[in-house]
Amino acid sequence: MAERDDLVIRVAGEAGEGVLSTGQLITLAAARAGYGVLTDSVPPAEIKGGHSLFQIRLAPRRLFSRGDVVDILLAFNREGYDRNIRELRDGGLLLYDSGDFTPPENDGRYQQHALPLTDIARKELQFELGKNVVAVGAISALFGLDPEYIRKLLHQRFARKGDVVLNKNYQALDAGIGYVERNIPERGALQVKPGDFGNEARIVVSGNQAIAMGSLVAGCRVYAGYPITPATDIMEFLAAELPKVGGSVVQAEDEMSALGMAIGSSYAGKKSMTATSGPGVSLMVELMGLSSMAEIPVVVVDAQRAGPSTGMPTRQEQGDLFLAALGGHGEIQRIVLAPVSVADCFTQAINAFNLAEQYQMPVLLMGDTTLGVRTESIPTPDVSAYEIVNRLGITPHEGNGTNGAAGLGVESGYKRYALTESGVSPMSAPGQDGGQYVATGLEHNESGRPRSDAANHQQMTHKRFNKLEAARENAPAAHYYGDPTADVGLVCWGSMWGVVVEAIDVLAQKGIKVAAMAPRMVWPLPDKQLQPFMQSKRVVLVPEMNYTGQLAQLMRARYLRDVVSITDYSGGVFTVARLVQEIEGVHQHAR
Amino acid sequence: MAVQPLPLEAYKSDEKPTWCPGCGDFGVLNGLYNAMRQKGLQTKDVVVVSGIGCSSRLPFFVASYGFHGVHGRAMPIATGVKVANPNLKVLAMGGDGDAFAIGGGHFVHAARRNLDICYVIMDNNIYGLTKGQTSPTSQVGFVTKTTPKGTPDRPINPLRLAIASGATFVARGFSGKPKELAELIVEGINHNGFAVIDTFSPCPTFNKVNTFKAYREEVADLPKDYDPSDLHRAIEYASSDDPMYLGVLYREEGASFEDHLQAAKIGTEENAPAVIEDLFRRYG
Repeated sequence: MAERDDLVIRVAGEAGEGVLSTGQLITLAAARAGYGVLTDSVPPAEIKGGHSLFQIRLAPRRLFSRGDVVDILLAFNREGYDRNIRELRDGGLLLYDSGDFTPPENDGRYQQHALPLTDIARKELQFELGKNVVAVGAISALFGLDPEYIRKLLHQRFARKGDVVLNKNYQALDAGIGYVERNIPERGALQVKPGDFGNEARIVVSGNQAIAMGSLVAGCRVYAGYPITPATDIMEFLAAELPKVGGSVVQAEDEMSALGMAIGSSYAGKKSMTATSGPGVSLMVELMGLSSMAEIPVVVVDAQRAGPSTGMPTRQEQGDLFLAALGGHGEIQRIVLAPVSVADCFTQAINAFNLAEQYQMPVLLMGDTTLGVRTESIPTPDVSAYEIVNRLGITPHEGNGTNGAAGLGVESGYKRYALTESGVSPMSAPGQDGGQYVATGLEHNESGRPRSDAANHQQMTHKRFNKLEAARENAPAAHYYGDPTADVGLVCWGSMWGVVVEAIDVLAQKGIKVAAMAPRMVWPLPDKQLQPFMQSKRVVLVPEMNYTGQLAQLMRARYLRDVVSITDYSGGVFTVARLVQEIEGVHQHAR
Repeated sequence: MAVQPLPLEAYKSDEKPTWCPGCGDFGVLNGLYNAMRQKGLQTKDVVVVSGIGCSSRLPFFVASYGFHGVHGRAMPIATGVKVANPNLKVLAMGGDGDAFAIGGGHFVHAARRNLDICYVIMDNNIYGLTKGQTSPTSQVGFVTKTTPKGTPDRPINPLRLAIASGATFVARGFSGKPKELAELIVEGINHNGFAVIDTFSPCPTFNKVNTFKAYREEVADLPKDYDPSDLHRAIEYASSDDPMYLGVLYREEGASFEDHLQAAKIGTEENAPAVIEDLFRRYG
């Protein structure tokens, strides 16, 4: 029987029952075996007892999206069955823990097998906690994974607990494998081609973890934040890692304080970051203005979630672009970046710090729920390949006023906001003699003194926006995919990219040519990337996960050209199938 | 290298205060200059942080580093400065609105963190920069344009709030006694932890009730035998309206926020490449 090209496995059950650990073990083992993996997990809104699911897609190649349908559903309980059975594809396989429940009559739409996890663990092994490992063994046998990878993982996890515990886990693994081999003869249909990445150095991380790692590499040494779904794991990660490099993490009392602390730390000379989600960004807008006006570099991660107000905290949306790009009073110059994948989260975190330092302004990094929580197997980043930008500091002769080396006098003579050609002015840090100045959110002159005359405000506004134009001009490279000669073009941002890439592959098989691009910098709009792309296309479609078509509107306003906005605002997943269908429609209509 | 003590003029910037003639904030500014000189602080090592408002303009008048932020956020910014560089001397200077209204939440948390900063609140019981509205420390019945029938809100007692929030140095000063105020600021800077100095700083333009003259009749020094380590007594004396006591009402020694942050560090910048390598190994 021909091996499959990819497989989607979903584990569903009660939170705390081991859904996550089962899923993570399979993910890691598959990644180490050289498979491309991409996961998605939906934690319950409840802390305990709610419904939880973990989905793994694996293939012998790089994956871009979670997949539209489920091939194998493992239901730990009845609710896991009820909530997910509809998404099991026709001809898919349902596995259920027969020690927990019996599913209702199956009309033959899919295969089903009892997997007596509880019974095997309890009766056969006298090891109730081993239920998850039995499940891991069973699933790995289904798609054809060499059990050695799981053994190594179990060894890493349990060796320090002693041989008894370790052996119990090995037994559980073998019991799971054995059960499937004896009882599910049709498993051949689910075997996946061997993975291609076996010899490559890879890491398995979530988007949020990749952002945290990238920030460490970029030189972030202070993190201040307030917990909020789905951004909190960035803070938890850095709380463990920053003290190892002499850095600090502070849990602030609210988001305003978090950004205030990050700005204060950056002013005092340390690269600083905060991460939040939309509601937090709303609160931070005033301080983003301060960062802009006082020209203090800072990075704000917005792990977007669905809806205004508290909305749907665990659901997916790309609804914050207007807020990120335009939110605030007066006119705030700021840069907005949107990573498209887990690997790009790492790269873009470094870009965010580099741009913040280079242009001395706030930089927003737009993650979202699916991008933040999904794990992917990505090539281990080559840290030496990334250039790290540090801020333009002062040299001793620049602080040459009477308050210089002698430490006497009334005026340092240092012009913190000096009008330079680039708009970027050398920035001192407290402790440096001759660099004394007052950072302020008031309009000010070159020395930082409050001034509100018209000529000064115009000059200073020019200074700040010149920096933004320079950033637009030198935007980091965009992502491109598909056939450049196609006359149908897609422009998207952030996590929508994965769906776009897979849709293009599907369309290519149908003989429909499409080209796509995703700018890494979504504000200011990178003219040099977007304009040539748009000009080369007869029609440009902009798929987004929001109601108002935010990127589409920003593009129309800047380029005075219509684009076709395609939106999904369900809080769920923008499927490859839906996008394919939309593009086919446009394609046919255009003929 | 021995550091030369600086003359008073070294602490003054060339930016002249914009305050009204007779403003209490002049006395606080002079108290600050004197405290800095007495402490022998180097202007490069000092950061004066404020929010906005009349009093929050103060950093512009000092020749050190300064941060004039946005309304109410002086504490978060000061926290960030200390987190980045605990060697800096950070003074926060601002008004009662900044500290207790818009910044009330931050004040409480800065106190409970026991941040090692000295926070001088220039308390004039009114909003001056917006031309005379009721403030969180205005007395019940205080008549302003926004409270024509007199405010029904009870005033915050800054000293009790500070003590209750965990501040480890709580004092009251008076702009009319700049010498004593300078001494309080010196003590506040010396204190390892959050030092709150609520300072009566009358607004001669908009507040005709809480004037220099009125305060002179209402204030008194703490008794000679007063023990600031006694929490219950501190609350009792902080609660007194007649007289209103000046001096250090409460003091408690212990580790500051910065001490904890420093203790939490388990490596230095030099570890960064190894930490990143280790991360890649752990997630590989």
